[in-house]
Amino acid sequence: MKKIVFGLIAIIALGQSVHADMEDDPLVTIFIMDRLEILDNDENTRVWEGSFWIGYDINKLYLYSEGEATSGGLESSQNELVYSRAIAAFWDAQIGVAYDKNDDASKTWGEIAISGLAPYYFETRAALLVNGEGNVGLRLEAEYEALLTQKLILTPSLEADLYTKDDPDMHIGSGLSNLEAGLRLRYEFIREFAPYIGITWEKTFGNTRDYHPIDETSVMVGVRFWF
Amino acid sequence: MRRRTFVKGLAVTSLLTLTTTDAEARTRSKQLNNRNILTGNEFFLDIDYTPVNITGKNAVATTINGQIPGPTLAWREGETVTLHVTNHLKKTSSIHWHGIILPTGMDGVPGLSFDGIAPGETFTYTFKVQQHGTYWYHSHSGFQEQTGVYGTIVIKPRKKEPFAYDKDYVVLLSDWSDEKPDTIYKKLKQMSHYYNFSQRTVGTFLDEVKEKGFSNAFSDRKMWNQMRMNDRDLSDVTGYTYTFLMNGKNPATQFKALFNKGEKIRLRFVNAAAMTFFDVRIPGLKMTVVAADGNHVKPVSIEEFRIGVAETFDVIVEPTVHKAYAIFAQSIDRSGYAMGSLTPKTSMLVKAPAMDPKPVLIHTDMGMDMAQMDHGEGMKCGSGMMMSSKKGLKKDKYVKMESQRYPITQLPMKHGLHTTMKALSPKYRLDDPGVGLRNNGRKVLTYADLKNRYSTRKARKPDREIILHLTGNMERYMWSINGIKYADSKPLAFHYGERIRITFINDTMMNHPMHLHGMWSDLETGDDNHLVRKHTVVVQPGAKISYRVTVDARGAWAYHCHMLYHMAGMFRKVVVA
Repeated sequence: MKKIVFGLIAIIALGQSVHADMEDDPLVTIFIMDRLEILDNDENTRVWEGSFWIGYDINKLYLYSEGEATSGGLESSQNELVYSRAIAAFWDAQIGVAYDKNDDASKTWGEIAISGLAPYYFETRAALLVNGEGNVGLRLEAEYEALLTQKLILTPSLEADLYTKDDPDMHIGSGLSNLEAGLRLRYEFIREFAPYIGITWEKTFGNTRDYHPIDETSVMVGVRFWF
Repeated sequence: MRRRTFVKGLAVTSLLTLTTTDAEARTRSKQLNNRNILTGNEFFLDIDYTPVNITGKNAVATTINGQIPGPTLAWREGETVTLHVTNHLKKTSSIHWHGIILPTGMDGVPGLSFDGIAPGETFTYTFKVQQHGTYWYHSHSGFQEQTGVYGTIVIKPRKKEPFAYDKDYVVLLSDWSDEKPDTIYKKLKQMSHYYNFSQRTVGTFLDEVKEKGFSNAFSDRKMWNQMRMNDRDLSDVTGYTYTFLMNGKNPATQFKALFNKGEKIRLRFVNAAAMTFFDVRIPGLKMTVVAADGNHVKPVSIEEFRIGVAETFDVIVEPTVHKAYAIFAQSIDRSGYAMGSLTPKTSMLVKAPAMDPKPVLIHTDMGMDMAQMDHGEGMKCGSGMMMSSKKGLKKDKYVKMESQRYPITQLPMKHGLHTTMKALSPKYRLDDPGVGLRNNGRKVLTYADLKNRYSTRKARKPDREIILHLTGNMERYMWSINGIKYADSKPLAFHYGERIRITFINDTMMNHPMHLHGMWSDLETGDDNHLVRKHTVVVQPGAKISYRVTVDARGAWAYHCHMLYHMAGMFRKVVVA
C-alpha cells in the first residue's frame, strides 16, 4: 500500500516538474467533509463521506473515504486513493486502489474511474473495481445541487453498487448489490460551513440482501465543511 | 454573513500611515486637484508594506510611498523622466508604466524587460515621454497590484488641448480585499463560483416557467445546461470579498471633488482594479468623453460608460446646480460600488443611488443567436426608429470590417481541456454596451462611439492578420489563448516595421481587457479614417474585435488579459525582431 502511495505521489511530482516555475498553476489542496451525519435509526448510525485532493490543474491525487459507524464501533468503510488526471474540459480519469473494510474482513481492489460534471450540472463518478478473486465491481454516484436561495441548497443524490461475484465476507452479492438515495438540505453560513438535514433510503438486493438485509429510510442531521 | 454592499466598517480611515515622500517631489500641481501629486523630472518611489484599515479590519497592503493609490505622477510630454524605484518588500517587485511608449528595458515586466527589482534594491527607469494624457502604473510582479501597488500618470501635452476645463481630478477606481490574493486565487481553483452569490436559483427557473411555460423555459435553459455555462457568471471575484475604492476611499469615507457652479470639470477615470469592471455614471449630469486610454477622441456626450480593467477615460462635466452629485461606479455584477461626491463643499455629500438589477448573460454573450439581440436593440426606448436605422448603417460598416482580407498567419490552436466554450458566430459588437447596460434608458458609451479626434486616413493598411481566441475553463479556473496557456506557448513573432491586424474572438462568457505593451492598438470602431488609439481593448464575451498595430518597437513585450487572476494563463510574449 505504501509503495502505491509513494508511486502515485511520484507520478504527480513528475508530471509537474516541467512547469515548476509557473505561477498560473499553484499546488492546491482541499479537504471536503461532504457528509458527516447521524441517522435517526435504532443504532444511531454515524455516516461520513469525504475527500481530500492535492495537486495542480491537470494532475491531482485524490483520497476518498466513506463509511458508517454505530455505537458498536466501525461498521464498514470504503476508501480509495487515486491519481486523477484531467482528460476533458469537465472530466477526470482516475486510477488507483480501493480498500474496503467491515467489522470482520477487508478487501483491496484495483480501480479505474471517471469523475466530473455531466451536462445539466450532475456531479457524477463511475468507478470500475477488480480484486484478486476476480470480482469486478461498478460503483456509480450522481449528485445535483439545487439552489433554493444563494445559501439554502437542496442536494438529491443516488448511488448504486454492482458486482460480478458473491463475496460473503464483504457482504457483497453478485448483480445489483445496493441502492442509496438521499436528499439533503443545507444552509451555507459561509461556503466552507453548512449544517444540513436530510432523508436517506437504502436497500440491498439479491444475495447481498441475504448477507445484509437493509431496506431503511432514515432522517438525519449533519454538517458539511471544507478547507 | 460576510457579504457587504460596499464596506463593513464605516468609521474607518483609508490609511493608518502616510509616510513622508521626498520633499523635492511634493510640490503640488496647480491644475490637478488631487492630493499627493509628484511633479518634476526625477521621482523616488518606494514600494513597501503598509498597515491599512480599509474595511474596518487591519490588513497589510503593499504600497508606493506608503499610500493607496500611489502618488499621481505628473509628467510633461517631450521631457525625459527618471524614476528611482526601491523595493522594500521581501519579494521581487517591479513597476510597469501602463500604456507608455518606451524602450523594452524600461517596461518593467520581470522576465521579459528586466529581471525585476530584487528585495532591497533600487531600479532606475529613465525614458523620454512621447505622449500625453491619462495613464497609470502598477506592479507587474505576482499579485502586488491587488494589494495596492498602483497609481495614476498624468502627462501634460506640449500643445494646447482642444477642449477647455476649469478643474482637473483623477478618479482612480480599484478593488481591495482583506484576503490575501494567493488565497483568492486558491479559492477560485478549489471552487470557481466561490465568490458568486448571484447564481440562478430554483425560483429563477420557476419564474421563467410561469412566464413562458415549462417546455419553453426548459428548452431555453437547455444549451446552458448542456454546456455547463452559467448565465450569472459575471465576475470571478465580487463584492463578497472586495471593497471598491475611488482614489483609495471607500463609499463611506468618500472621495470629494470640489466644483463651483458653472465650472467645467475634467475627470480622469482610471480603472486600476485587479478584477472589476465598473459602470460609471454621475446621475443628473451628462459626461463628454474627450479621451480614451490617454488619446483624444471626438467628443461624445453620454450618461454612462463601462470601464474595463486598465482602461482610462477622460470626461468633462458641467455641474449647473449647487448640489452634490454622486460619482457612482457600480461593479459589473452589481455586488458593490465605488462612490465619491462631486460637490460644491466638502460638507455636502451624496447618498448612493440604487444599484441597477443584476445582469444576466444572454445567448449573444455566448457568441450565438444575434437575432435575439437585434430584437433587444429594436426595442430600445424612445428613439426606437432612429436607433434601428442608425444601426443598419453601422451594421454595414461591420460587414466592411468582416470582409477585410489580409494574409492570415495561422497560429496553433488546441481544443479540449482548456476550452469549455466556443463562440459559434462571433460578431463585431462595437455598438453593444454590453451585458447589464443594454436598453437601460441611458445613453451608454460603446466602442462604436469612439473616434480618433485626428484623421488616421494616412495610416498604413495592415500587411497581415493574426486571429487570437480568448479561451478558458471556468470550472477548473484555467485561462488561455487559443486553448494554450502561457507556460505552454511559443512567443508571437512580430516583424519590426510591419503593420499587423489582430482579431480577437472571445470564446468565454467574460470580458477580457487585452493589453499589448510597447505599441499602440489602433482599434477599428467602424471608421477607418478615425481609428481610435488604445492600449487596452475590451473583448466582450462571445464577440470579435479587431485592431491594428504598427510594430515599431523592438524587443520582448507582454501581451495579456489584464484581469489579474486570468493573466498568468491568458498571456503571450511578443517578440519584435
